[in-house]
Amino acid sequence: MTTISLKDVKKSYGKLRVIHGVSVDIHDSEFIVVVGPSGCGKSTLLRMIAGLEDISEGEVCIDGKVVNHLEPMDRNIAMVFQNYALYPHMSVFDNIAYSLKIAKTPKSEIKQRVQETAELLQLGDYLHRKPRQLSGGQRQRVAMGRAIVRRPSVFLFDEPLSNLDAKLRVQMRLEIKRLQRKLGITSVFVTHDQVEAMTLGDKLMVLNDGRVEQFGTPVDLYQKPGSVFVAQFIGSPSMNIVPVSEGQRLPNGAVVDHMVRSPQHAGELSLGIRPEHIDIDPTSDVRLLIEMAEQLGANTLIHGVLEGSTAPLVVSMPGLHTLQSLDASIGLRFQPENCHWFDTGSGNRL
Amino acid sequence: MEKRVTFKGWLLPLLLITPQVVVTAVFFFWPAGQAIYQSAFIPDPFGLKSQFVGWGNFQFIFTDPYYLASFKTTAIFSLSVTIVSMGVALWLALMADRIIKGAATYRTLLIWPYAVAPAIAGVLWLFMFNPRIGVVSWYLDKIGYDWNHVLNSNEAMLLVVLASAWSRISYNFLFFLAGLQSIPKSLVEAAAMDGAGFWYRFRTIVFPLLSPTTFFLLVVNIVYAFFETFGVIHTITAGGPQQATNIMVYKVYSDGFVGQDLGSSAAQSVVLLFVVGLLTILQFRYIEKKVHY
Repeated sequence: MTTISLKDVKKSYGKLRVIHGVSVDIHDSEFIVVVGPSGCGKSTLLRMIAGLEDISEGEVCIDGKVVNHLEPMDRNIAMVFQNYALYPHMSVFDNIAYSLKIAKTPKSEIKQRVQETAELLQLGDYLHRKPRQLSGGQRQRVAMGRAIVRRPSVFLFDEPLSNLDAKLRVQMRLEIKRLQRKLGITSVFVTHDQVEAMTLGDKLMVLNDGRVEQFGTPVDLYQKPGSVFVAQFIGSPSMNIVPVSEGQRLPNGAVVDHMVRSPQHAGELSLGIRPEHIDIDPTSDVRLLIEMAEQLGANTLIHGVLEGSTAPLVVSMPGLHTLQSLDASIGLRFQPENCHWFDTGSGNRL
Repeated sequence: MEKRVTFKGWLLPLLLITPQVVVTAVFFFWPAGQAIYQSAFIPDPFGLKSQFVGWGNFQFIFTDPYYLASFKTTAIFSLSVTIVSMGVALWLALMADRIIKGAATYRTLLIWPYAVAPAIAGVLWLFMFNPRIGVVSWYLDKIGYDWNHVLNSNEAMLLVVLASAWSRISYNFLFFLAGLQSIPKSLVEAAAMDGAGFWYRFRTIVFPLLSPTTFFLLVVNIVYAFFETFGVIHTITAGGPQQATNIMVYKVYSDGFVGQDLGSSAAQSVVLLFVVGLLTILQFRYIEKKVHY
């Protein structure tokens, strides 16, 4: 049973503040993914939980106990690093056994626990190899093994999949998820990849420029993005954001749809709509000038601008289409139930 | 297919290596050849005529108790200089690697002593420890210790070791610091998260990963202690008292140019040549294999 809670955690380097007060409660055996663009402070946040960075302000609590001034080793946390940080001069066995040796675990128990861990990660045949004799995926597993063998109360992952090729990444993603479910250890996973975030996390924290943009389940974030930033960050291809003026008019003057109603709002409005939530309707006034078609197999992404304006828009059409098979412009209908409204100034959801 | 870049003719490559070959020939092969040649003769003190003695010079030095003692002196001296200079340098580098504020200043100051020539370093230490006017000997006298390296051979050895090691610390420090900084930070952090304290991390992670640097410095420092400490010995003790600090390279000089026994001096040079060659081969053949991970 392990819970983590951050209370208004801040981090500054001199006068430069990189984390502007993050508060979050992580429940027992939850898998939390912190996602955001490079430089948003997500790794720093993770390193503060780990104890590798000082906490400038606020509190980090593990199981209700403030750990701000505890050394990393006293927090009972295991971490998987981006570059795996395997000890290059030690065999896989010694790498995994390192923490147990420090804890003065009896030799027979070390052997047994390393064996168990190796079985779990399909590393049994590689225990005597050095890290440089392993492939990327195997190194990744050794790094996982090193974390698991200690039976820590918290797992931290710092972009562990970013050095793997696309296929292996998907495979390891599933393995990590499976392991975490099986072991039931509270985990925090940092990534800049929104697909990884969506598939792994029980809950997602979207971080932007040291601030929490939104915290919630992947489905929540997808269906009800709290801001333009989250709307565009979560989901691939990202959500279209179109400025809308009074009377539901798009930049080219066409009315969005008589079914779509904007909320009462004094400021400028932006309409958010995902590419897959736009239907083709030859009778519609809203027309898209097609510039490019990307065939993804199951569907085709049509890139273009709204006729009579320069506002770009992406539409996802089922099936395969090419520029030649399509007309120069197509009529669009936005699904009213899937329209999101944002305040243009603040970017917040209305 | 030859993948390397190669020269088409042989004239240009020959021309390019000529300077190095000339330098090596003039400053190494010629003197070394001369030493080997002269080691078979006993010349008169004025160099007017010399007498061929074959292995005579070698027979003489290997039965000379002073020469055999010089072997022991050299071993003690070289090992002490290497251990002291590398030990202190490693400790300083570990500390310098940890500090954040003013790191550049601190490092620059630590590198400075390297700019002091061995003979100057020798004179500095000589003044500090001079039994009559030295600052350190004065303080030692205050606490009741009578320092006199002119008479006491252990003190003389200690002093030349300190002086030689001191001027070498900066050089070693520089390499150790670079070595420490090339160890990925995440390895040390991973070890810290695994529960290893500072010294345990040093012993199991940092030191093994530093071994290529350590090995390189070991070779360089032993060679330094063998040859380049001449200036220090010459200014501080001149091999005394009672030959207590007369290391092999200094004995070559003192027997040849002070004692005017050029034949014996040449024979000693040849021995030295073999000792150093052997040392280097041994080190590269056997130790280097063990430092790769």
